[in-house]
Amino acid sequence: MNAPAYNFAYLDEQTKRMIRRAILKAIAVPGYQVPFASREMPMPYGWGTGGVQVTASVLGPDDVLKVIDQGSDDTTNAVSIRKFFAKTAGVRTTTHTAEASVIQTRHRIPETPLTADQILVFQVPIPEPLRFLEPRETETRRMHALADYGLMHVKLYEDIARHGHIATTYAYPVKVDGRYVMDPSPTPKFDNPKMDDCAALQLFGAGREKRIYAIPPHTKVVSLDFEDHPFEASRTPKTCALCGADDTFLDEVITDDKGGRLFVCSDSDYCERRRGGVEKPA
Amino acid sequence: MSDADAPLLVAEGLTKYYGRQLGCRDVSFSLYEGEVLAVVGESGSGKTTLLQLLSTQLAPSAGRVRYRLRDGVTRDLESLSEAERRFLFRTDWGYVHQDAALGLRMNVSAGANVGERLMAVGWRHYGRIRGTAAQWLDRVEIEPDRIDDPPLVYSGGMRQRLQIARNLVTQPRLVFMDEPTGGLDVSVQARLLDLLRGLVTELGLAAVVVTHDLAVARLLSHRIMVMKGGEVIETGLTDQVLDDPREPYSQLLVSSILPA
Repeated sequence: MNAPAYNFAYLDEQTKRMIRRAILKAIAVPGYQVPFASREMPMPYGWGTGGVQVTASVLGPDDVLKVIDQGSDDTTNAVSIRKFFAKTAGVRTTTHTAEASVIQTRHRIPETPLTADQILVFQVPIPEPLRFLEPRETETRRMHALADYGLMHVKLYEDIARHGHIATTYAYPVKVDGRYVMDPSPTPKFDNPKMDDCAALQLFGAGREKRIYAIPPHTKVVSLDFEDHPFEASRTPKTCALCGADDTFLDEVITDDKGGRLFVCSDSDYCERRRGGVEKPA
Repeated sequence: MSDADAPLLVAEGLTKYYGRQLGCRDVSFSLYEGEVLAVVGESGSGKTTLLQLLSTQLAPSAGRVRYRLRDGVTRDLESLSEAERRFLFRTDWGYVHQDAALGLRMNVSAGANVGERLMAVGWRHYGRIRGTAAQWLDRVEIEPDRIDDPPLVYSGGMRQRLQIARNLVTQPRLVFMDEPTGGLDVSVQARLLDLLRGLVTELGLAAVVVTHDLAVARLLSHRIMVMKGGEVIETGLTDQVLDDPREPYSQLLVSSILPA
């Protein structure tokens, strides 16, 4: 059902054109942060305003939308964004990864491998991988332009010096197509290898920071590391308490105040399918 | 003239105006490998401007700087691309700031501060980077167990020594120093100067040292340039200028040293 006061997918057509141009540029220069005129959205910054604008711009009436937050389809952020597009675009929504043509995500890349006819949209809080090492935007842009990335390894060096291993577990920096160093948004580093040579188009939108970047399908994405401290896609070495998977990314759930806890798949859809779960109403 | 005999750095008629305000005017000199040149003069005489012109941090209003790169080709620094200039800055050059906080990353460990240049030129082996950093900390007399402390918790003298290690780790041929001993107390200054003098001789560094402290100039430099009001008024061998100054201003400068 389309709410009549809104254009299709909330944003007006001119804005969508502007965002699509930024997306095309981002696809043409993989990993490069393209500035765009981010709009005010009816949700607070940090709730996915960048991702929502990208989704709104790529969504068509025939698309099927899935929204995940921390891997789950039924947390607040996921539910409200799914409802938002169901209302303003009237598109079909799903929780099933294989059914979706557009997937907006906050942290995770679904465990089910993505296909060439899917688009994965990331919500990005801080697009600049060099931000906490170099506060000046003018300087970070220059560093990107000159591929002057020694500083990125300083961060990893610090990790090893302090913790004995690379302790960065999320927003782990990657080099895209051998050129730009990119922050994969707060995805756990477990998901970094999934970005490499992925069949689906991956788009990243940062609303507050007004940046869009992209990884085109089948692009080389390499996680930065040291020769003697190679990158590891870490996960909790446990099995899922619900479906028994031992190769997925797990969430720790506190079950009582006596130290009881269990580990479950963070990708709720994947976990349900493995248990032969029933279709939930979208 | 063979390559090694050619000057390392040549300044030709360097002039800088900040709007109508003169920074420095018509400075020319040659610097050879292994030679230390001190630039002395009072505050506002254009010393720091000159240093920034030489190190391409400022663009001159007139004149040019030529530098003999490691491949033996002497090039006008203005003709280098920004990427080349950056590369030069983190391999073949060093820049020691008066305020160590400008030259260091205060929040990352000493080891990473020293290792940054190595990582920037493509070192990707943690063990080797750390090993080299440890060696350099040792050379500048910083205890090895301080390698994981950030310079934030270092004393002023240690910061300055760390800054020197950070600059020398890629074995540069030319180091710019802007008041390297400024703001340190006398005994720390003496130790730092001693260290610097040792390193400069040992590594055969060429250096341009800007200072208002004639003792620093005497200890470190071979040649000296006296600046006043943006112009060079006297040049010569260090002992010659300091012991037998020709210009009235140089005489004033030399005679203003308090007897110890």
